[in-house]
Amino acid sequence: MSLLNIFNQVEISHYIYLSTVLFAIGLFGVLFRRNAIILLMCIELMLNAVNLLFTAFSTYMGDSDGQIFVFFIMVVAAAEAAVGLAILVLVYRNTRKTDVSFLDQLKG
Amino acid sequence: MFQQLPIPFLILSFLTILSALYVVTSKNPVHSVLALIFTFFTISAHYVLLNAQFLAVVNLIVYAGAIMVLFLFVLMLLNLSKDTEPVKSNWWGIAAAISAGSLLLIITAAFQVSGEAIAKNPVEGIGLVKALGKVLFTRFVVPFELTGILFLAAMVGAVLLGKREKNNAVLIPKEERSDS
Repeated sequence: MSLLNIFNQVEISHYIYLSTVLFAIGLFGVLFRRNAIILLMCIELMLNAVNLLFTAFSTYMGDSDGQIFVFFIMVVAAAEAAVGLAILVLVYRNTRKTDVSFLDQLKG
Repeated sequence: MFQQLPIPFLILSFLTILSALYVVTSKNPVHSVLALIFTFFTISAHYVLLNAQFLAVVNLIVYAGAIMVLFLFVLMLLNLSKDTEPVKSNWWGIAAAISAGSLLLIITAAFQVSGEAIAKNPVEGIGLVKALGKVLFTRFVVPFELTGILFLAAMVGAVLLGKREKNNAVLIPKEERSDS
């Protein structure tokens, strides 16, 4: 039993709008900011928007597969954050900056 | 449209969007991290409202507890502050806002066209540890074991990247560096 009987009052569309707004905010951050740490954080924000939508659908449809998927997304996000931050520390050690626009000097 | 919504949902959604906006607009990276932690707390509260109690706790432990602490550590290790924050021209902001706004508009419009047929069929108790564990260790046991390999690979990669080498190839010449 939920704390509130929220299903009678909140439609799933409200969760869709909320997740879309969160995802758009994260996308705006990825496009706007140059600090690589903030970029990674905005990616986490977008992942969380998707997680919220997965959970909302899972609960409203009465199927627990969505929540299992959220669990796996969290696992991948943790691994991604660890490797991403390690790369970031490496870049900072070489360039003394965390500005991603500096990385256009990379030659492939 | 918003009048019939329950007050906790409205307050939580408002706080979530507000703190998410603060994450992307704050000049100080430490404030951004703290705002993101607050965003994760509000999303956990949303999970509780959605009867996903296990995910609410895991979200707090993994995101707010582990990942964001890692971010804070790196932030303090690199000693970033407000003056090292690179500035972008206003045109970047306008272009980014237009892009993100377009995405928002398109998804919302697509949902307006197709979103009427969604079933509303809540079932109680699927968000608890017992139910989720049963599914996780029967149907999803292979992906669950594969995540262990993924974590091992990520750990080895992070250690390998973080290891300091003797003759590191540098992106900038030594005389341009600010220190060392």
